[in-house]
Amino acid sequence: MSDFLLEILSEEIPARMQAKARADLARLFEAELNTAGLSAQGIETYVTPRRLVLIARGLPQETAATSEELKGPRTSAPPQALEGFLRKTGLSQDQLSERDGIWFANLEKPGRATVEVLAEAIPAIVRAFPWPKSMRWGAASLATESLRWVRPLQGIVAMLDEKVVDFEIGDVRSGAATIGHRFRHPGPITLGGASDYLEKLKACHVIVDQDERARIIRDGAAAAASAAGLTLVEDEGLVLENAGLTEWPVPLLGQFDPSFLQVPREVIQLTMRTNQKYFAATDGQGALAPAFICVANIDAADGGQAIVHGNQKVLAARLSDAKFFWEHDLAVPLGQQAEKLSQIVFHEKLGTVADKVDRVAKLARWLVEEGIVGTDANLTARPERSRGAPAPALEPRPSTTLGTSEVGQLADLAERAARLAKADLVTQMVGEFPELQGLIGGYIAAAQDEDPQVAEAIRDHYKPVGQGDEVPTAPVTVAVSLADKFDTLVSFFYADMPPTGSKDPFALRRAALGVLELLTHNSLRLSLWEGITHGLKGMTDLRVFPEMPDQAFEAHSKAMQATFKSLPDFFADRLKVQQREAGVRHDLIDAVFALGGEDDLVRLLARVRALQSFVETPDGTDLLAGYKRAANILKKENWTAEQDENKTLSYTPENAEDVLIAALDSAEPEAAAAVEREDFEGAMRALATLRRPVDAFFNEVTVNDPDPAKREARLDLLARMRAAVHRVADFSRIEG
Amino acid sequence: MASAPTSLSFQQLILTLHHYWSDRGCLILQPYDMEMGAGTFHTATTLRALGPDPWNAAFVQPCRRPTDGRYGENPNRLQHYYQYQVILKPSPPDLQDLYLGSLAAIGIDFEKHDIRFVEDDWESPTLGAWGLGWEVWCDGMEVTQFTYFQQMGGFDCKPVAGELTYGLERLAMYVQNKDSLFDLDFNGRGVTYGDVFLENERQMSKWNFEVADTETLFDLFRKAAAECENCLANDLPIPAYEQAIKASHTFNLLQARGVISVAERQAYIGRVRDLAKGACAAWMQKNGWAA
Repeated sequence: MSDFLLEILSEEIPARMQAKARADLARLFEAELNTAGLSAQGIETYVTPRRLVLIARGLPQETAATSEELKGPRTSAPPQALEGFLRKTGLSQDQLSERDGIWFANLEKPGRATVEVLAEAIPAIVRAFPWPKSMRWGAASLATESLRWVRPLQGIVAMLDEKVVDFEIGDVRSGAATIGHRFRHPGPITLGGASDYLEKLKACHVIVDQDERARIIRDGAAAAASAAGLTLVEDEGLVLENAGLTEWPVPLLGQFDPSFLQVPREVIQLTMRTNQKYFAATDGQGALAPAFICVANIDAADGGQAIVHGNQKVLAARLSDAKFFWEHDLAVPLGQQAEKLSQIVFHEKLGTVADKVDRVAKLARWLVEEGIVGTDANLTARPERSRGAPAPALEPRPSTTLGTSEVGQLADLAERAARLAKADLVTQMVGEFPELQGLIGGYIAAAQDEDPQVAEAIRDHYKPVGQGDEVPTAPVTVAVSLADKFDTLVSFFYADMPPTGSKDPFALRRAALGVLELLTHNSLRLSLWEGITHGLKGMTDLRVFPEMPDQAFEAHSKAMQATFKSLPDFFADRLKVQQREAGVRHDLIDAVFALGGEDDLVRLLARVRALQSFVETPDGTDLLAGYKRAANILKKENWTAEQDENKTLSYTPENAEDVLIAALDSAEPEAAAAVEREDFEGAMRALATLRRPVDAFFNEVTVNDPDPAKREARLDLLARMRAAVHRVADFSRIEG
Repeated sequence: MASAPTSLSFQQLILTLHHYWSDRGCLILQPYDMEMGAGTFHTATTLRALGPDPWNAAFVQPCRRPTDGRYGENPNRLQHYYQYQVILKPSPPDLQDLYLGSLAAIGIDFEKHDIRFVEDDWESPTLGAWGLGWEVWCDGMEVTQFTYFQQMGGFDCKPVAGELTYGLERLAMYVQNKDSLFDLDFNGRGVTYGDVFLENERQMSKWNFEVADTETLFDLFRKAAAECENCLANDLPIPAYEQAIKASHTFNLLQARGVISVAERQAYIGRVRDLAKGACAAWMQKNGWAA
């Protein structure tokens, strides 16, 4: 058994491509072994900025010999057929055997030396390597089809045990020598093979194992922080990136001028992380410390003093740039910045950002004035409930609980926040760091003495940004966030630009999910129809003017009508997706959706939850069975009964029949009343009272009685039962 | 640099690089006498990157980036600064080592400093060019852009050229351990960078951002574009390319004046790219090179 070592040395491989390169190398190598009929006992791969390495242990010296029998032409076939077969197999006629009038060739394939297999396999792998981006270089690149690699290839070590596996790729010939750390050991290192590779490289200041480098960075950064009395802000992404940028990582702690801490913490951390790949640290109180940890790629002669000094200067320059922006941004009132939004196009069909802001402000105000968004007391977030636990009855709409002046105040705050929410888009800070939109506006608003609720709303109004993101609960924030997303949806649907397939350039699915999360998490009672109506008012303000041509007005009306049709369906679809992902049975959602006419998503979900609890009880299961039996009979008989409550029976009903009639008489109004007051648990309880009577009815009463009057009356009774159940949910959609 | 016994002045830095690259077979050229945003625009880079002929050159190129102006108030930003460009075609196999040799020549001690090659793929939308490479970090500071050109003017580079672009002021700040580029020692005899350029920054920033007549600029842009077409029609790729450079800089000035909307921006960039590509195509054709 032999061990194989492959090291592909190149100029620096981008850090983000390294992990996949390892996986690809292992996969391609294994495929080559398979094709050759070889297998290794173990394959390891490693990567550093300059080398991609594979070690295969326990390879046989040669492939197994194989033999294969090939069927040829009939002996009676024309001579050309036999000639062709001989050419194909490379045999002569006397080497063939004959059976039943057919020529057979026995092809013996002797085993091949593994070293030979590898000498062909490695160049093939290099040529086919799937780098996300590759390049040409040097004199050979005179031809477009010259060898490509991620960066110029510098050398290849390929050894089976101590022997070089000899081959050439482009200008590079395989060998047994590599180089060490770029500065610490630039001279050649002659290797003995896989056995001493990792050790020898380490002696030359290269830690080949990426996991070991990551460990050194992780532990070293934490130790450097704690030696300064600080705590490292852990960041695994940075650990891996720095491991991909170094062959000999040395974490070093540096400081920056504490006066930079007046710049928002997020800005400092973002600058350090994205531009410099530095770790941040916090002090005992959890506040950002004026320090950073950089990872050098060398054990410097002066212990890293000059490196720290240099990095401190670079960071100071970057932070003074940030501070310059920050001070400049702080000096301009947000309201004044907001005026510049009229110069930024939101979308060519939907006006400027200022137009959008105006629509959002009006919508946010309306949400508060209507009592849809109220004070904290009304925004009781739905308590976490385990599945199957009884659902609480819904809160009444909160409009009555706020005084007029309170509503007015809250509405003013919501409108103010909405009018300032997008102002930070024109600040220099957001120009530099677009991912800090909202946050920067929030900081500026706070510094400019806006109401804290307004500042918070500006900061958080983009939330929730996706599944799992924090959902705002503060009323001003909720109003602005909801209005912003709702306006985006209404606007783009109005302009007939809904998402199609995998294309969702305006992130409308995310906006819809945000709306759903805000509504359900805060139990907000919003009629979608009303919301769309008010959202569309903004488009009317933008588009409709007295002297507009009739044609344009017609187009506008059509677009409005189309929005009413398409947007509720879009919400319904997103709701189904959201609930399915939350583990709610989709058949139950369908059962409630099938009732139609529901535009209050919170109410709809309450009904689904009650239904889910109910169908999982024995009463629910049995009633469902009874319902299905009744529905099947009605379907078979094609029975559509007219509901005549006053119809008296022309015969004396059987006992079980009587009991069911009585049960329906009481359950029907009870369920209806419960639905009316949105007590869906109550409605389910009312239905549950039907279970035993339904069972008894099917056990004791023959529906298909020879007497047509009895048969008719009994079918009517089943239809009545079905209708009663349908007041709560369309049970025919429920599985099981 | 704290550790260097005597640090190079700004002009010594340039002279040192000139000597270094001259000794390695580069032509030492002079700056192109037109306003441009980067050394890459110099015909010694752009046009010479095309075609099969070997080409090795080094030169200083003043760069104008009107939107980077800060009225001389920011210690790290200028609207006019210098790049040192080296172009080597075909890219030599030891280009990284050659480059590191130039850092050693200006006094960077690799025993004490941290040199890193960090992925940074270069793309110039206005030149229809791209390449792969790195930004080179010295103790966390980007001192050089290191690129293997793959395409120029929309044409594959055959062979590939290696391009090194040193930010001279930044490198000097590093070597001299200065916090403001206006404090840089220019000549080793008491003249600072600020003495030479501070007033220039103030006046040019004001003109770029506030004064430049936008109607004139729009007009200049149109005329440069038209003249470029005129040159192309007369089979004159070099003058055509110069007009493309002129249009490009005029566009940058219009940007600084804030009169180009986000929506229009792409259209202008596309126009400049078409001009530059047209000039490159004509250059290829005139030289008889196949794409």
